[in-house]
Amino acid sequence: MDAIFIFEQLLNGLGYGLMLFLLAAGLTLVFGIMDTMNLAHGSLYMAGAYIAAKVHEASGSFVGAVAVAIALTVLVAAVVEVLVIRRLYARDHLAQVLATFGLILIADDAVRAIWGPSPILAPTPAALAGPVQLLPELPYPAYRLVLLGAGLAVAVGLYVLVNHTRTGMLVRAGASNRVMAEYMGVRVGRVFSFVFALGAALAALAGALMGPIGAVQIGMGEAILIPALVVIVIGGIGSVRGAFVAALLVGLVDTAGRAFLPPALRAVLPPSLAADLGPALAGIAMYVLMAAVLAFKPAGLFPARA
Amino acid sequence: MTQSERIAPSATVPARRFDAAGILPWAVFALLAAVPLIAPHFGLEYYVGFVRHMLIVAIAATSLNVILGYGGMVALGHAGFVGVGAYAAVALVEAGVGSAWLAWGGALAAGAVFAALTGAVSLRTRGVYFLMITLAFAQMLYYLAVSLRTYGGDDGYGLYTPLSLGWLDGVHGDVFYWVVLALAALVFALASRLAVSRFGHALMGIRDNETRMAALGYPVYRIKLAAFTGAGALAGLAGGLLASHNAFVSPSLMHWTESATLLVMVVLGGRGRRWGAPLGVAIWYTLAEVLKINTEYWHWPLGLMLLLVVFLAPRGVAALFERRRGEG
Repeated sequence: MDAIFIFEQLLNGLGYGLMLFLLAAGLTLVFGIMDTMNLAHGSLYMAGAYIAAKVHEASGSFVGAVAVAIALTVLVAAVVEVLVIRRLYARDHLAQVLATFGLILIADDAVRAIWGPSPILAPTPAALAGPVQLLPELPYPAYRLVLLGAGLAVAVGLYVLVNHTRTGMLVRAGASNRVMAEYMGVRVGRVFSFVFALGAALAALAGALMGPIGAVQIGMGEAILIPALVVIVIGGIGSVRGAFVAALLVGLVDTAGRAFLPPALRAVLPPSLAADLGPALAGIAMYVLMAAVLAFKPAGLFPARA
Repeated sequence: MTQSERIAPSATVPARRFDAAGILPWAVFALLAAVPLIAPHFGLEYYVGFVRHMLIVAIAATSLNVILGYGGMVALGHAGFVGVGAYAAVALVEAGVGSAWLAWGGALAAGAVFAALTGAVSLRTRGVYFLMITLAFAQMLYYLAVSLRTYGGDDGYGLYTPLSLGWLDGVHGDVFYWVVLALAALVFALASRLAVSRFGHALMGIRDNETRMAALGYPVYRIKLAAFTGAGALAGLAGGLLASHNAFVSPSLMHWTESATLLVMVVLGGRGRRWGAPLGVAIWYTLAEVLKINTEYWHWPLGLMLLLVVFLAPRGVAALFERRRGEG
């Protein structure tokens, strides 16, 4: 294990963290403003990945594919919001879990009907297929660099939107105290619809970008949903800044755990035990992090509610 | 004691409904007990195993109904307890235990211990944080099981020789079915009894107003932890039974969607209602089975049904029956 390997893994962790942030940003705002738990957020991620992969394959344009994926996913999300999510605001979390779990089941079957049950291959854009020589001894996949750049750009864009625009002010007002914001004349329902669409766009973007380096398959939304939920709980529900910090933390802890824990354990434990324990601890690391944060800060790192 | 005297009148079932409500469980029990005797005459042997599976899941769902329905604790990690039970049974078998009773007892104990430990931490949190913490513990178990190569890791672990039921062995080919039925009936009776017990009333009081119950002098945290531990024990037992039923255990038992499905079945049937858990399991499994036979797209009708339940019957299917009976 040398410095180059560590640096490479940290970059990977950063990339994963940024993608988690794209998912968590929408989730945390939806949760923060309307106190609505949306398990189907991962299904929007899946939709983005599938649409982008298929459009990319058909048209050859990656940028166009990502744009189409975002547009179509937002459209679907808008319909779902009007038909289902909007009616869930006033309900308890249990009803929300139930209904959005129902949406997951429907979404999985819809994808199975449209694109078939087996995983599909999302091609890496040809121009980005090769490696870039970051350091003399560190070639790094160009595509992953683009991923990092895109994630950072969106994070900055979200920061400006939430903290320095009028819309963002309304969003923050809704997240910190919805009832008060309503009394002050904010149409929180309309703000929420905007936030839900924004969240869908970010989820679709994350799905479209992760497609070429992950597996595009049914169930991918359920797999990424749990880390995204862990992120928003660590960051503090309703806080975009918290989601950003927590996403990077979780991304780094998860990636570092998988890369460094098994070799580190092999150095101090018998090989067979290390081989069992390493992956287990790596998988658990993220949840331990959450439990540790909640033990000291029960409302997360950056509580949004006053 | 004045406390119990005051609770007692509301706890007893009104006299005119006593007969129907009293006979129904026995009728269902008799019907279920007859399944292995009747099914072979119609070439439906497969459905003996199917009903047995439902009965085991009903035990897990009933235990969840105790903490969710009576206790108001929205836990999204119940499959973790089932998994702990299943893996405890497997560990005992691997260690040379051949008796089913011992393996299941171990599963029950493991579920209780794990629930007590995680409950002690989780129950200090509220609402969504409780949901996330319980989920996190179940996820930890999931990853632990995936990496435990001694018990098959990701591929799972097969129990190739059936466990011994002691003197019941060889009495009848379907004796395991009746054992499961008896245990499920016992758990159902226990949960029904709990609902009208002082402990159950205290639990429901905590669900409705925790602050008031604390002010009345009830040890809120201890009562919740006791209920949580008991539910974990029963879910662990269900896990042990499931290991015997499938002759196979794998980490997928503990996937978070399994926890969500248990939650869904309880709410579907009617949380906090006597028949809620078994009814929810029966509806969910029967519908899934019928759909699987007819189409490969069997998920979306279930999803649609969930949406309908949320919007049209938020108190569950069992509540629909109650209302109708009340009117009639």
